[in-house]
Amino acid sequence: MTDTRSSDTVSVVDRTQAIDAGGAVIGGHYLGRIAVFVLGEEVLLLAEHKGEQRRVAVHGGAILATAADGARIVSAGDDGKLIATDSAGEPRLLATDPKHRWIDHVALGPDGAVAWSAGKSAFVLPNPSPSRSRGKEEGAREFQAPSTVGGLAFLPKGFRLAIAHYNGASLWFPNAAGAEPERLEWKGSHLGATVSPDGRFLVTTMQELMLHGWRLTDRQHMRMSGYAARVTSVGWTQGGRWLATSGATQLILWPFQSKDGPMGKQPRLLAPSEHRIAVIACHPKQDIVAAGYSDGLVLLVRVEDGAEILAKKPGDTPVTALAWSGDGLLLTWGTESGEAGIIDLA
Amino acid sequence: MSDAKTATPQADKVPVTVLTGYLGAGKTTLLNRILSEPHGKKYAVIVNEFGEIGIDNDLVVGADEEVFEMNNGCICCTVRGDLVRILDGLMRRKGKFDAIIVETTGLADPAPVAQTFFIDENVGRKTRLDAVVTVADARWLKDRLKDAPEAKNQIAFADVILINKTDLVSPEELSDVEARIRGINPYAKLHKTERAQIALSEVLGRNAFDLDRILDLEPEFLEGDGHDQEHHGHDHHHDHQHAHHHGGLKHYHDEDMQSISLKTDKPLDADKFFPWVQDLVQKEGPSILRCKGILSFKGDDARFVFQGVHMILDGDHQRPWNQDEKRQSRIVFIGRNLPGKMITEGFESCLA
Repeated sequence: MTDTRSSDTVSVVDRTQAIDAGGAVIGGHYLGRIAVFVLGEEVLLLAEHKGEQRRVAVHGGAILATAADGARIVSAGDDGKLIATDSAGEPRLLATDPKHRWIDHVALGPDGAVAWSAGKSAFVLPNPSPSRSRGKEEGAREFQAPSTVGGLAFLPKGFRLAIAHYNGASLWFPNAAGAEPERLEWKGSHLGATVSPDGRFLVTTMQELMLHGWRLTDRQHMRMSGYAARVTSVGWTQGGRWLATSGATQLILWPFQSKDGPMGKQPRLLAPSEHRIAVIACHPKQDIVAAGYSDGLVLLVRVEDGAEILAKKPGDTPVTALAWSGDGLLLTWGTESGEAGIIDLA
Repeated sequence: MSDAKTATPQADKVPVTVLTGYLGAGKTTLLNRILSEPHGKKYAVIVNEFGEIGIDNDLVVGADEEVFEMNNGCICCTVRGDLVRILDGLMRRKGKFDAIIVETTGLADPAPVAQTFFIDENVGRKTRLDAVVTVADARWLKDRLKDAPEAKNQIAFADVILINKTDLVSPEELSDVEARIRGINPYAKLHKTERAQIALSEVLGRNAFDLDRILDLEPEFLEGDGHDQEHHGHDHHHDHQHAHHHGGLKHYHDEDMQSISLKTDKPLDADKFFPWVQDLVQKEGPSILRCKGILSFKGDDARFVFQGVHMILDGDHQRPWNQDEKRQSRIVFIGRNLPGKMITEGFESCLA
């Protein structure tokens, strides 16, 4: 299994630049060519490949959620703050929760809009500018979910936000004052949300070991199950052809090429291991998925034929972060114990 | 499915103590005591949003006690969704504190809190439930047991019970309330306190949910009480609470909450026991608050220990039986209107 794979498989391990993150890495992003490692507490580590590294303290406590759009990374913390940091490493306060609650979800939308949530309250700030940087009062719109918000995702068009919560999700038009949100129902706790790039499907990750999906045109339900653990990492392959997911001992990919999505279809199962996949990241330009396992292994998996390339050998702790640069030539990884690396695939 | 290579050893997990108690019993007093005593430990505290707490601690988190039903066909699989979220967030600051305390509202049922640790793997991987500690008001508990089902649940569920405000009642009233607590839960460690004054080691670090420590299967107050019969479950109906005396201590039977304790020196058949207990909790799970057991199976030289909350069971081989140890199987159920006869007969049918 894993061990034979590390000796037989094509490897890019020797192209890795090791990075000492100095603390648990909980997420990764790219701002242009600069890798951003999100550390569990306070700090973003910005690292140029084989270049300068700088640590930027952005929160006064744990960083609970981040999102990035290539130009900036927006982070939320248990200090009740929402911070935007650009590639120069300049943090800027976007909002402070008026009740100093934990802000634990954040999403970026079209035209620079930012959404975040604290408890049952979801907020949207259309294209924040420096003049609006003092609190949520100026310009932010608020939505009260029926229960604690589990996840946020913008739809690609029409300035609309999907909000996952208990027993379903709500679709909210922040610009339509007073309009009732559309409610999508499915019993259980929905802890994350993602919208397909074509905007036709909303998929939530659940406390139960499954995903739930809705086709937004007709609210057709899709149940996607078969996981050994809660699914915490999902991503769309280029063009939204496949939804790649963590949570099983193999890479589970749900087909979304046809108008019915995965309804009535079997998922593709690749890269089996005795350990579970903890985090995935889809290549931005090709049908390739980076899969990080709970034993520290990272594989690059080609969806078409399941071909594998070894990117990181197993280690002591689970892989907790994976990110591709926008051109797909750099891949970063990070682990729970603070090991990290940048792989140059060019 | 356990991921053996990356599983976190029990000792590395952050212990979580759940603090319950009906309104006004003295939970906040106990919590303040835990946080202010010079023990050199740092606690993260999860308090309910509506609490009147004024704690000086930068690791206090407000919770909203949102309980939801798992969508898995199990009606009593309720989970504190906010705890999943908060514990996940707190673990990012691991190293900043030694333990976590969850304070619940006076009206809370402890079961969803406990079930969160069994159902959510991410939570269970990094934290462990240490004990449910219930603070009871010496003066008012008797009334609350009559009119507040939550108060009774909190007593039934507890691993440690503080009978607080003992200075406000007479010795007779105190022994009466003690007997009423024992009538519901004879297995909890019981302490009598004024202003929640207690050695913190009696409340924290109890390991009550640790499978390796499932030893407290003997009713505390019945030791030396001559109550060593096969079981003391009751299948007949009690219309009212009534008392009788055992060695000077009043003995109440609560009208709807009781415990059933079964034991046998004969080995059990694992192929009969597991289907039976699974079926039992599947059918009677809503009424079974907690169960624990140490089991001796035929052809098995290791002690098997298990525990459960409603329909969720957790069990494992603990250690080999010692040479000089009596290979006795013991099992305890605490719950509401338990079908004692059915449980007793079912257990007996599992003998090898």
